[in-house]
Amino acid sequence: MNKQVALEMKQVSKYFGSLAANKNVDLTVYRGEILAILGENGCGKTTLMNMIAGIYYPDHGSIFVDGEEAIIRSPKDAFHHGIGMIHQHFKLVDIFTAAENIVLGVNDGKSYNIKEVNRRVGEIADKYGFHVDPKKKIYEMSVSEKQTVEILKVLYRGADILILDEPSAVLTPQETDRLFEILSRMREDGKSILIITHKLHEVMSISDRVAVLRKGEHIATVETASTSPAELTEMMVGKKVELNIDRPEPKNVTDRLEVKGLSLTNPEGIKVLDNISFVARSGEILGIAGIAGSGQKELLESIAGLSHPTTGEIIYNNPKTGTAENLRDKDPVAIRELGVRLSFVPEDRLGMGLVGNMDIVDNMMLRSYRKGHSMFVDRKKPRDLANRIVAELEVSTPNTHTPVRRLSGGNVQKVLVGREIAASPTVLMAAYPVRGLDINSSYTIYSLLTKQKENGVAVVFVGEDLDVLVEICDRILVLCAGRVTGILDGRTTTKEEIGLLMTKTEVKEESGNENG
Amino acid sequence: MKTANKPVSEPLVHVVKRDALPLWKSLLIRVLAVVAALLFCSLLSVLMIHANPFEFIDTMFDGSFGSSRRLWKFAKDAAVLLCISLAVTPAFRMRFWNIGAEGQTLIGALSAVAVMIYLGNKVPNGVLLILMFIASVTVGAIWGCIPAIFKAKWQTNETLFTLMMNYVATGLVAYFLLLWTPSGSSVLGELSVGHLPAIGHDYLLLIIAVLVLTVLLYIYLQYTKQGYEISVVGESENTARYIGINVNKVIIRTMLLSGALCGVAGFLIVGALDHSIATTTVGGMGFTAIMVSWMAKFNPLIMIGTSAFITFLDQGAAQITTNFDIDSAFPSMVVGIVLFFVIGCEFFIGYKPKFRQNIHKGGKA
Repeated sequence: MNKQVALEMKQVSKYFGSLAANKNVDLTVYRGEILAILGENGCGKTTLMNMIAGIYYPDHGSIFVDGEEAIIRSPKDAFHHGIGMIHQHFKLVDIFTAAENIVLGVNDGKSYNIKEVNRRVGEIADKYGFHVDPKKKIYEMSVSEKQTVEILKVLYRGADILILDEPSAVLTPQETDRLFEILSRMREDGKSILIITHKLHEVMSISDRVAVLRKGEHIATVETASTSPAELTEMMVGKKVELNIDRPEPKNVTDRLEVKGLSLTNPEGIKVLDNISFVARSGEILGIAGIAGSGQKELLESIAGLSHPTTGEIIYNNPKTGTAENLRDKDPVAIRELGVRLSFVPEDRLGMGLVGNMDIVDNMMLRSYRKGHSMFVDRKKPRDLANRIVAELEVSTPNTHTPVRRLSGGNVQKVLVGREIAASPTVLMAAYPVRGLDINSSYTIYSLLTKQKENGVAVVFVGEDLDVLVEICDRILVLCAGRVTGILDGRTTTKEEIGLLMTKTEVKEESGNENG
Repeated sequence: MKTANKPVSEPLVHVVKRDALPLWKSLLIRVLAVVAALLFCSLLSVLMIHANPFEFIDTMFDGSFGSSRRLWKFAKDAAVLLCISLAVTPAFRMRFWNIGAEGQTLIGALSAVAVMIYLGNKVPNGVLLILMFIASVTVGAIWGCIPAIFKAKWQTNETLFTLMMNYVATGLVAYFLLLWTPSGSSVLGELSVGHLPAIGHDYLLLIIAVLVLTVLLYIYLQYTKQGYEISVVGESENTARYIGINVNKVIIRTMLLSGALCGVAGFLIVGALDHSIATTTVGGMGFTAIMVSWMAKFNPLIMIGTSAFITFLDQGAAQITTNFDIDSAFPSMVVGIVLFFVIGCEFFIGYKPKFRQNIHKGGKA
């Protein structure tokens, strides 16, 4: 095999303050290969790629493209060197068509001719097997279609080195498979593909080689064929990690929360929740699966009293009094006053669950500051709680007076989950609780949730990693476009079955046809 | 390395984010900024008005500390500015950009004067003062909470709304001045009733009152449940909703407080200083207060320092105009330059510039 070097990084470092995001990284990328960049969150994967793509400029070291030193000061310079990056958050103009977005900002000296652009986009799409209509507007597209447009945008500009930042994070298993097929075709065409990920099974299935980063340093680059997930994990984390999650049999199961026929129309008039019914039981973990934006957020916020559903009921069976209360149309304070111990770990940790600029103590107070009749806040109990959580959950922080936004993602989440569990809930809802967390922190959170379940709490767990959902949940509810498309037994179901239900829109189309 | 000799177009400077600086370092940067600003201004004074730079800086200080009379004036002006700055602070902590302090203070002053005109000589002075205080605070609070109600109910833009309310207040004052001056001259002379008693010095009561208010507001914002709610709403409305804070209620309550404090400032201006009113009574302090509050990062105790600093600059500039017999444009420029340095140095507290390294490499080789 005649390998040709496409890109080389030599001793590249990048510092943010005193923190080394990347330290003396050496990396070689060949033509016609898929190189996976593997590492835990915060290990510097994205920073490293951003330096290749011209978002950041390295503090030390140099980058070579095709053997020549390349000074990449902006994404424009990157394109000049044939480098294009597909970011996790899409950068598209909603009201433009796919082709208009693709041609936006391209300055090739030719006059603007959308027909020609449409033709060329079609050509590229056919070459690699994309399914895309160049004339379709972005706001009419699904997430995976938008991603396709982002990839085409880069290819249209003639990129030979493509960087994809966690491309599968927003896709179903089926869509991921299709993307990987396309990537393979690009590899055959001689393109170099760098794919950032922390999912091991993806690395194993798609990549030729794997570069492992840990705490900003390049640990090793290995041939995928000659390694194993266990070995890779060990390189990522720096020590052996048990990747098993306990799933004890549920005990003393009773119906704690019954949601009946819940619908919600958002201010734009779109039905985001459509006739949702399910039961959350004490001593069980109920998983909620679905593509991002299928109504998960709205469902949890409706239960927590933050959104007000248009129809339906949310019945809470109080274990102490034995009474059933309807929580619908009650705000969080009213719900608390009913004696309902409902804890909620929202998706947006620093924007909703916590206040980023406040310290750990003041964040502990969020739930409890109202207690007592004094007009002054009592900071003693929150301080004790903060100290306890820092000690028990091993939060790494200089002290409890550090603003939480200065903590790493995993520590932020420990503070938030710790506070919510400290309220000794009977229902615990957690939305994407391990998003952005490293492996160790993720497993801490999983075991905390499992422990709550064993204590008889009804746990509702919205997740995105289906591998994890099928491992820890007792039952899994699948949402698709605001509807429940299935409630499965977590012990017998498979990823593939969930994936199919996540995109099951036939039900909707059928009813649409009946009306039409 | 071979490549070091090759001419490469690495950017000359790029900006790198800093970690949190220790307090002494950040203070040092600020002090250096003031020193650099004064040096720069001295240089300008040599070049533009041919003044001796030492004399120039000396005059700056002379303006505030030159005599006991100037010192008292400095303290009084700083206190009034501080009082209005305190008033805008609760709203700012809530990220409610109230730029209507000018109008809220003016309308508070107008209410006090109205009480003096209609009830003066009819009730004892003590009662009159209490009524003036109540009128100022109430009307100031109402003036402040009108934009808040509109913001809470219809999501109007508070910045525009509070700004517009300033003009309405000025218009109202102009109308009442016409009404109250028989000749139609619109110049209201000093009223003989409703004077706050002088203790020690004419201005001492005012200064003490404002300092007490500063401490009270600090305690309110830092240690009470309401102060905590203000911070939460300001940092994130979503978090406030999440824990069940009624955001609209907090917005309206806080603006009532903000307006009421402006009313207090108006009352103090009328009762302790002017004993009269004009459309220019507040004289732009409602806007300067915004800067005082921002520079102190919304901390009332630090605002004692920032309001004194701004007053010092103003007085110094005025002194320069007198002593050097020049147009007031030059001193205004000096004030602008100093503020530019002081505010600009915040950038260097958060970030540091990083210079091209190849230059150093080349130099050593």
